[in-house]
Amino acid sequence: MLHYLLKRLAAIVPTIFFVTIIIFGLQQLLPGDPAVILAGEDQDPNVIAYLQKKMHLDEPLPVRYGYWIAGVVHGDLGESLRIQQPVLGLIEEKLPVTLELAVIAMLIALVIGIPAGIVSAVGKDTVWDYAANVIALWGLSTPNFWLGILMILLFSVSLGWLPASGYVSPFEDLQANLAAMIMPAFVLGNAIAAVLMRHTRSAMLQVLNADYVRTARAKGLDERSVVLKHALRNALTPIITLGALEFGTLLSGAVLTEQVFSIPGFGKLIVDAVFNRDYAVVQGVVLFTSSVYIVLNLLADLAYFLVNPRLRG
Amino acid sequence: MNKNLLLALVLAITASLAHAQTLRIGLAEDPDILDPTLARSFVGRIVFASLCDKLFDIDEKLNIVPQLATAYQWSADSKSLTMKLRSGVTFHDGEKFNAAAVKFNIERHKNLAGSNRRGELSPVTSVDVIDELTARINLSAPFSPLLSVLADRAGMMVSPKAAQAANFGVKPVCSGPFRFVERIAQDRIVLERYQNYWNKGEIHFDKVVFQPIVDATVRLANLRSGQLDFIERVAPSDIAAIKSDNKLAISRITELGYQGITINVAKSDLGQKNPLGRDPRVREAFELSLDRAGLVQVAMDGESEPGNQWVSPSNGYYAKNNPMPKRDVARAKALLKEAGVTNPSFTLMTPTTSDGQRVAQVVQAMAKEAGFDVKIQSTEFATSLNLADKGQFDAYVLAWSGRADPDGNLFSFYGCKQPLNYHGMCKPQWDELLDRSRSTLDHATRLKLFEQLAAEIAKERPIIYLFHRHWLWAYNKKLSGMRAIPDGLVRVQGLKM
Repeated sequence: MLHYLLKRLAAIVPTIFFVTIIIFGLQQLLPGDPAVILAGEDQDPNVIAYLQKKMHLDEPLPVRYGYWIAGVVHGDLGESLRIQQPVLGLIEEKLPVTLELAVIAMLIALVIGIPAGIVSAVGKDTVWDYAANVIALWGLSTPNFWLGILMILLFSVSLGWLPASGYVSPFEDLQANLAAMIMPAFVLGNAIAAVLMRHTRSAMLQVLNADYVRTARAKGLDERSVVLKHALRNALTPIITLGALEFGTLLSGAVLTEQVFSIPGFGKLIVDAVFNRDYAVVQGVVLFTSSVYIVLNLLADLAYFLVNPRLRG
Repeated sequence: MNKNLLLALVLAITASLAHAQTLRIGLAEDPDILDPTLARSFVGRIVFASLCDKLFDIDEKLNIVPQLATAYQWSADSKSLTMKLRSGVTFHDGEKFNAAAVKFNIERHKNLAGSNRRGELSPVTSVDVIDELTARINLSAPFSPLLSVLADRAGMMVSPKAAQAANFGVKPVCSGPFRFVERIAQDRIVLERYQNYWNKGEIHFDKVVFQPIVDATVRLANLRSGQLDFIERVAPSDIAAIKSDNKLAISRITELGYQGITINVAKSDLGQKNPLGRDPRVREAFELSLDRAGLVQVAMDGESEPGNQWVSPSNGYYAKNNPMPKRDVARAKALLKEAGVTNPSFTLMTPTTSDGQRVAQVVQAMAKEAGFDVKIQSTEFATSLNLADKGQFDAYVLAWSGRADPDGNLFSFYGCKQPLNYHGMCKPQWDELLDRSRSTLDHATRLKLFEQLAAEIAKERPIIYLFHRHWLWAYNKKLSGMRAIPDGLVRVQGLKM
């Protein structure tokens, strides 16, 4: 276990290094001079020249990469030139917002997706199975932004139950926080619930036909413990991997949802930064997200050990 | 039970009182840096209107009116402007506003690294402190747009003491009706009433909260659900829905800017390779193929004023000798024949905004009837600016937010080698007329010069002006005292709920 853990940890360093090169390289492919867009509509040549110098755009690519990576190593991700705030500070400010959104969305997805998958597998080819499949298909095929706007029109404008957009910190007012989060979290979790349901269903179907499940039934165990204790536990392994990967998807899915609901999170931060060519913010946020992704994958691998004793040997 | 009811009642009353004292404004974008010297965005100016007072302001008719300067006088040679300053004004940190502060601010605008005001103030050579409340701005040459420049960000005064701090824009200190409290990027900017404001009798809110909400539908949903009191830049297609809501009101005013098509004539070799850039007759034919009123109706739901110049037909500086041409497809075809061009084809670059795309599509359809083959190239805004700057385009749909003085809509666009001269034409006559219009203060003389310029430019037509958008505001009907100033900025003075 320890050996495995060390091996996986050692692999993280070159992976992240490789990621920094990709991020920096991809950013150079963005068309348009960032100084030109940051200079605003006046396009004052003095301002453009000043911004180019400040962003080291007048220096060769490897030197610019050097400046950035030197800062990253020292924990300095640079400063947003558009609003003069340090990128790390922006991440600290926005990350909890998106994390909260993602966690609630994931909870919604799990609460809907896994039970629906179990019901659908246990009652294969019954009306429950068909209903769950239809709902899953709907969840997968509904565009986030469309569902978001429809929900705003229904719950905020027509019924007046929930705020149309915006964010309140849970430390300021927990009730207002949840009221602001429930719609975006549902919109975001909805598609993941569908994916989880489909995977739970197929994993469960496979396990339910396995010999040991037949043996368990033959031993006279009641169906409830066969399904929940014996079948589900084994079926959960691929679902945990999927959950970890989908959590990363949630972070990127938050981009659109945050835009629709005007939630000041990671997604909105990066969208605005890309359109404003705020390079330091784009690089910082993408690097951070990639690192989170890498760590989550590592955690998923470790989780296998915990749920599947055969891997421990 | 009764106790609970009473408590609920008290809470409800307290909540409604607290509610009435905060003005919540929905913005279409998140503003950039809140430092008047460095600021670049239009939306930032809406926040500044509550935060930072200026030396002058403009009124509904674009007249210059006093704000921090109460009176002014030009010298006989028009090369210096002496201003009397308002007494008893303090900055939000308690520092005094005086002539020394004016000198500091103008010099900061001119010298701070990365200043976006330097260009606007380029003719300013120095500022003299005559006495505590009198300052004189000296110019290298007469510069008539100066007053309107000082009625915008270049005239905003920040506390000299606070401005010494690094990253001043993160916590700006000015002398406006509200002082800065906090900013959470992309979420909100909170200002609170400044108790020592010189004009505090006109201020009826304790707090102003600005919330950027990019999507126009969501912005409107927030207004309709009562979470916001005011939203700017309503989508023209939403006007009907707002009219049917008896809790909401609409204000509209024609913008200072314009929407037009800039043609690459000489920005790069590409200009001369295309008949549109090569021959002014083809450009005239293109203009004649367009029906501006129809375009406004279809692309903007009628919420714009058709126009053919850098200022709208209702502006006092509109050159009447160059009236708006009516659509004339037969004449357009005849011009193309005369130019020896059949079915000229060109690419029309447009930013990916919905307005820009709709305009391009309608232009494409209209021009087709005269024989033009217009190919639309939708390009993300930052990229399109870059392509325009490099001259890699045939024609470009470009909007300009506009300035109070027509010089701000002209000089940078027609002056030789000026930064916004994307058509690339350099004409000594144009430069001379532009310079002369800057050096005289007399309205009638300037109007004559603009008419001459309009006549000269009409021979070339490197920019085809299409229309001037309406600033569309929607707000809670209980909000009174709304003043619709053409710069599209919300004046909080006099606003009441």
